[in-house]
Amino acid sequence: MSRRSKEVSWKAFLREESLPHQWCAGCGYGVILKSMLYAFEKSGLAPKDVVVVTGIGCWGKADDYLYTNTVHVTHGRALPIATGIKVANPSLKVLALMGDGDSATIGGNHLIHSSRRNIDVTAIIANNLNYGMTGGQYSCTTPLDSRTSTSWYGDPEPALDICRLTETAGASFVARTTVYHVGTIERYILMALSHEGFSLVEVISPCPTYFGRYNKMPKAPIMLNWLKDKAISIERAKNLSEEELSGAIVTGVFADKKGHSFLSRYNEIQARAKKDLEGE
Amino acid sequence: MAIPEGEIMVVEGKKFRIEMRRDRCKGCEICVEFCPKKVFEADELGRPVPVRVDDCIGCGACELRCPDFAIEVKSKGVS
Amino acid sequence: MTGKIGFILGNEAIVEGALVSGATFFAGYPITPSSEIAERASRRLPQVGGYYLQMEDEIASIAAIIGASIGGAKAFTATSGPGFSLMQENIGLAVMAEVPCVIINVQRSGPSTGLATKPAQADIMQARWGRHGDHSIIAISPSTVQECFDLIIFAFNVAETYRCPVLFMADATVGHLREGCVLRSKDEVEIINRKRPPEGLDEYYPYKADEDLVPPMATLGGHYLSRFHSSSHNEKGLPTSSPEEAKDLIKRLYDKIEKNKDKIVKYKTFDVDGSDYLLIAFGGAVRAARQAALDAKKRGLKVGVLQLQTVWPFPAEYVCELAKDKKGVVVPEMNMGQIIGEVRKAVPDAIPVVGANRYDGEPLAPYEIMKALDEVLSL
Repeated sequence: MSRRSKEVSWKAFLREESLPHQWCAGCGYGVILKSMLYAFEKSGLAPKDVVVVTGIGCWGKADDYLYTNTVHVTHGRALPIATGIKVANPSLKVLALMGDGDSATIGGNHLIHSSRRNIDVTAIIANNLNYGMTGGQYSCTTPLDSRTSTSWYGDPEPALDICRLTETAGASFVARTTVYHVGTIERYILMALSHEGFSLVEVISPCPTYFGRYNKMPKAPIMLNWLKDKAISIERAKNLSEEELSGAIVTGVFADKKGHSFLSRYNEIQARAKKDLEGE
Repeated sequence: MAIPEGEIMVVEGKKFRIEMRRDRCKGCEICVEFCPKKVFEADELGRPVPVRVDDCIGCGACELRCPDFAIEVKSKGVS
Repeated sequence: MTGKIGFILGNEAIVEGALVSGATFFAGYPITPSSEIAERASRRLPQVGGYYLQMEDEIASIAAIIGASIGGAKAFTATSGPGFSLMQENIGLAVMAEVPCVIINVQRSGPSTGLATKPAQADIMQARWGRHGDHSIIAISPSTVQECFDLIIFAFNVAETYRCPVLFMADATVGHLREGCVLRSKDEVEIINRKRPPEGLDEYYPYKADEDLVPPMATLGGHYLSRFHSSSHNEKGLPTSSPEEAKDLIKRLYDKIEKNKDKIVKYKTFDVDGSDYLLIAFGGAVRAARQAALDAKKRGLKVGVLQLQTVWPFPAEYVCELAKDKKGVVVPEMNMGQIIGEVRKAVPDAIPVVGANRYDGEPLAPYEIMKALDEVLSL
């Protein structure tokens, strides 16, 4: 349905002239993009206040479709670049859009330390469970034993849980949902945008072209239903054993903590240093 | 139903109007599958045709779930 | 501390010069022999409302300064060999996305972890060619603590002028040297800030260059939306696979440095007029070269010294002009012979060019240069 018009409509953030987008039929990234635009509208932000940093990968193409400030960078490095932008210009709302490869595999170290640092950046991780852009190779979030173009006989490596990792590392807002649970994407992104400190929303997304096709789910509706079946809310998951949770996608808000963000802490450091200089 | 390529296809129902950007649609069939009233049927390219548009209840699921920015559902009388 | 004479380390002078330039952001990862830069930056920056970020590695460090510069700050990082290697990909990003920033490499002996505490000048070709893809680069090299201070200001100025990364190729002999340094104040030096687009444009094209081949850089959050892009892009900052647009971009990125070479190249000469022999050196090796020239004078030889303060772009035309009437050239370097290749390309074939090289982690000594000079004399 057409949305109630806020100060700035979600369409003001969209480069409509760049559509149709380059993502495959049934790719969930268009849904995540639209949900993010809805969240921008609700947040009351204007395009000039927003900086979207994208890395490399299918989700890294998102900046092509945005009317915000955009910074398209090298593979895996969106977070430290977003960190620099935010620290240099704290009035901006800085987002880092990364896929599973970008954020957690090649960029895993930055993900851990951005969480720990609690830097005031919002990470939106679109996790399609494989490297789509390069032809469907396995990533660090590919489920164990899945077939991909580089794990034809099954992926020998267990998958990384991005939300558990970042929550443990100190990220103060962490949430996960799937493209099937579409309404929650906008809700979680909106929560993340208003959060002080490092906020992260992971959205598990269908890749029918590669991950789906290699794993007997060649169409988007099949993949969405698979996500629906795999998803278990974090509340329900609390009462389940590790065995019962094997292969499940736990969804919900993993962390929502108030507390010192990097910038608020550094402001205190600056105050101390200035005092020290004056005392010299 | 004839499908004009590269144009906006507007189909009027009793209560709602469905506007479809055929030039953006990639035929993923998500709207066909997840419409609670089964308003759509896929054409030979997988692109949806709102054959039962009168059944539309205006829930907006198709618009929300469409990855291609290709569907808008509007109340009649709202431009 | 401004306006005073300090008896400080080269590494410390670099930080003081950066502050005078208006730098407010440093991101880095500790590594010998550059760590004093991080340490001083961590104290000094918050005193002046700036930021010191200790990142998880050198990849994040260069990424963070690129981000900070995009965000509007003058930003710098400091590292040494292994960290410099890690930074290469994102130095390429700064080239492509046209982000001004300064990367300090206090060179140490390599390869790999090499001799961590000992000096070398063996990253000078890496400075030129460390990234993949065609492009030009600016590299500056100090030989004294005073030059650490003065040339880092110059490094920020050219980075801001040409919207590009600038490599500041110090080495452990200079970084760890303590000597007198005039800490000039902001009013005593020229400070250049990046060009901004004029107000009132219908649409701002982030990569539309002016006549100097440099596009104005908008302030984020200001009048215009801005786009930065690591891939081949058009003037709007949107990706393109058009061969014409790709070629035009690569050519412009190259030309904006090469065609402005006369403004970027900085050098010093010592007793070159009327000399028979020429020593061409940069960085720490200049100190030994100048002493060798004095020692040679005592032997009745007329030896001049050309110090390359800007190593890249290499001033081939000037080197040729200066060397063409000499009987021979010696190129002292703390490596196996890197910049000597550029010198050989530049000078007429008839003039002998001999290297004076040391690559055991020890600083080059004047007598080693004298030995090379003797070799030239014997030819």
